[in-house]
Amino acid sequence: MKNKLSLFAVPYVVWMALFVVAPIVMVVVYAFSTADGGFSLSNFARMGTYAVIFTRSFKLALIATAICLLVGYPVAYMMAKEGPGFQRIASVLIMLPMWVNFLLRTYSWMSILEKNGLLNQLFSAIGLFDLINSVFGTNIQYFKMIGTSGAVVLGMVYNYLPFMILPIYSVIIKLDNSLLEAARDLGANSAGVFRKVILPLSLPGVLSGITMVFVPSVSTFAISRLLGGGTQMMLGDLIEQQFLGGAYNPHLGSAIALVMMVIVVVCMWVMNHFGEGEEQAVML
Amino acid sequence: MKKNHRIGSRLFMGLVFLFLYAPILLLIIFSFNAGNSSVVWKGFSFRWYAELFQNRIIMSSVYTTLLVSLLATIIATVAGTFAAIGFFTMDRRLRRPLMVVNDIPMMNADIVTGVSLCLFFVAAFAGWNGFVTWMENSYRLTAPRLYLGFGTLLLAHISFNIPYVILNVTPKLRQMDKNLIDAAQDLGCTWMQAFWKVVVPEIKPGIISGALIAFTMSIDDFVISYFTAGSATSTLAMTIYGMTKKRVSPEINAISTLLFAAVLALLIIVNVREARQEKALAKKK
Repeated sequence: MKNKLSLFAVPYVVWMALFVVAPIVMVVVYAFSTADGGFSLSNFARMGTYAVIFTRSFKLALIATAICLLVGYPVAYMMAKEGPGFQRIASVLIMLPMWVNFLLRTYSWMSILEKNGLLNQLFSAIGLFDLINSVFGTNIQYFKMIGTSGAVVLGMVYNYLPFMILPIYSVIIKLDNSLLEAARDLGANSAGVFRKVILPLSLPGVLSGITMVFVPSVSTFAISRLLGGGTQMMLGDLIEQQFLGGAYNPHLGSAIALVMMVIVVVCMWVMNHFGEGEEQAVML
Repeated sequence: MKKNHRIGSRLFMGLVFLFLYAPILLLIIFSFNAGNSSVVWKGFSFRWYAELFQNRIIMSSVYTTLLVSLLATIIATVAGTFAAIGFFTMDRRLRRPLMVVNDIPMMNADIVTGVSLCLFFVAAFAGWNGFVTWMENSYRLTAPRLYLGFGTLLLAHISFNIPYVILNVTPKLRQMDKNLIDAAQDLGCTWMQAFWKVVVPEIKPGIISGALIAFTMSIDDFVISYFTAGSATSTLAMTIYGMTKKRVSPEINAISTLLFAAVLALLIIVNVREARQEKALAKKK
């Protein structure tokens, strides 16, 4: 019986070989070769010229991840402290925006942030620009928001915040309440309970939240193009240009994609490392 | 003191929700705008809803999106359920490396998955089309040539959906009492009957949530579709992306409002039903 059921996996194993493993092998082959065939490391050497884009991508993605964590953790924690009815509604409300296409939500931010956008209209309606101009003797009519790195970070935080809140929330909600009681009985104050019990036990959720925010942030190309106004090129834009854009060079694109894959593998390894630690803690 | 704390935390959550919903509200409000600006309000009208149904490009991309999502969800749910059962009953040493491969599409950045599938399809089709040319030249036999299009889009969607189905079904398999299968067989079931009458009903909640997540991922996907659909096929997200280069026409706001309303209604129904069932259960106890 057991062995017969395991045959159910055979079609999918073939499928994975075809549509998961083979495409990745293709990326590796392309990354280590040039247009005229033959092994070469030149694609990786050329990446040096794009160092600015690499640093920018990592910097913006790290900032966005940090903000998501700083906002998302308290939200997850507060949600878990509420009643079941509130929790049900809140978790639906967090998932719901994902059903509106992210490009549209991001585009909507464009009309909020642009030169004649709603935010600048609001500022001028409340006389903020007049105030600034009279105090500093400047002559500004609007704040430039689109095309700044701040706008790109905002877009990332906006799009990926739910991915930080949900995993943390699902870990905190499963925490054994008797552990918290025990900590309190043993003399810990609320800050101590949080720091010594809740925080370490919610770490797996935090780690999975961090990867779920960081990986799409560092690889985005739509958000940076819409909110960055073409001035904030990121790794995703670079890859996209090598495949479908003007700078057609799938070999270089594959090399960058390969680097990105390595980053993900490292993230996964770190996660698994901590994940195992957590399992052991549960067993103890 | 405690009450203040609670007000503070609710205020904070309220602000976060405002942040999450402000752009969506804006989008919905301006779908009823009489003018075509997304900043200046020119009065209430259903103009864009009427024009939406005349817009061939948008309607056909909505159709493509729904069709590819539905087909991919159905196929991925069936395939993923079988695969999950297969993995679960497999020897551990064999299962672990396979699960790592299974996790790759979920962990990888979308753009890497998209790009790798794009390379794979292009190379495979180049090989096939070369073969067809060779056959035509030497044997006067022919076969259709293959290009990126709806087929590759569907294959890509299935392959990124299956891991999510497996992820949802596997925990239910773990929770299941394995003796049930043996018991069913001892009582005269064939292994096929044991599968349909015992295993499937036990893991049904996992199958349903897996299908829901797969459908959500398919509807929301842009990046992987963008690299695998070719130039002739376009999903709604791709159409929107094409428009953002110039300006997004308000008909897009209208279709998004409709889709959003549909999902909202569905979620409310599901949640009210669940809440009622839970209440009924609590009463029984």
